[in-house]
Amino acid sequence: MVLSGNDKTNVKGVFSKIGGHAEEYGAEALDRMFATYPQTKTYFPHFDVSPGSAQVKAHGKKVASALVEAANHIDDIATALSKLSDLHAQKLRVDPVNFKLLGQCFLVVVAIHNPSVLTPEVHASLDKFLCAVASVLTAKYR
Amino acid sequence: RLLIVYPWTQRFFANFGNLSSPTAIIGNPKVRAHGKKVLTSFGEAVKNLDNIKATYSKLSELHCEKLHVDPENFRLLGDILIIVLASHFARDFTPACQFAWQKLVGVVAHALARKYH
Repeated sequence: MVLSGNDKTNVKGVFSKIGGHAEEYGAEALDRMFATYPQTKTYFPHFDVSPGSAQVKAHGKKVASALVEAANHIDDIATALSKLSDLHAQKLRVDPVNFKLLGQCFLVVVAIHNPSVLTPEVHASLDKFLCAVASVLTAKYR
Repeated sequence: RLLIVYPWTQRFFANFGNLSSPTAIIGNPKVRAHGKKVLTSFGEAVKNLDNIKATYSKLSELHCEKLHVDPENFRLLGDILIIVLASHFARDFTPACQFAWQKLVGVVAHALARKYH
């Protein structure tokens, strides 16, 4: 799947509206993912995954920064996230289905905080973007 | 939203008229009417939470034998419904609420796929 010019504009628009809240959104998306899809907790046995935990907050910040980075380099997400792609392939090896689950939760968080931003077209673009990021992160798995 | 975010789902609605753009889809009266039908049916599941399989038994046969809908589409619609609920209910759509609803849409999707053969 290819991001059209419109998609890229829509995605950049979302992240500019989100602004400094990206880190909170990252943390909230993780909280919701652990609550909604308990099997995702299996990747974090070393974490306190209770809602609002400091570790989850810190990790949410990391995840959000990566999404922001990808949005800022939307013409070449593969290069922008190359190190993260290596990390996920060699060390983390998170099963690919889980990226969809986190993506769904991120969309939920955007919908909750910015319902007017998430029009159907923007929703489509953001969903495509999250799929593209997931593709990059799993590209080197095999 | 389903027809816009996952445009390949339009394949089931060739007789709905103009689905050529998001604006056309949003304004399409057949889409609205069908949305009402689908959500009303969801309401039946909510009224019969202890027996969702039975509630959807006939609809499952219909979706397989007459409508020929790949059950994956039920999952896609379920995910879209969650986003719509989140947009309308905001903070009231708590993580616990999302968990329950995500399970419900999964159960409904499963019930609709159950009679496939």
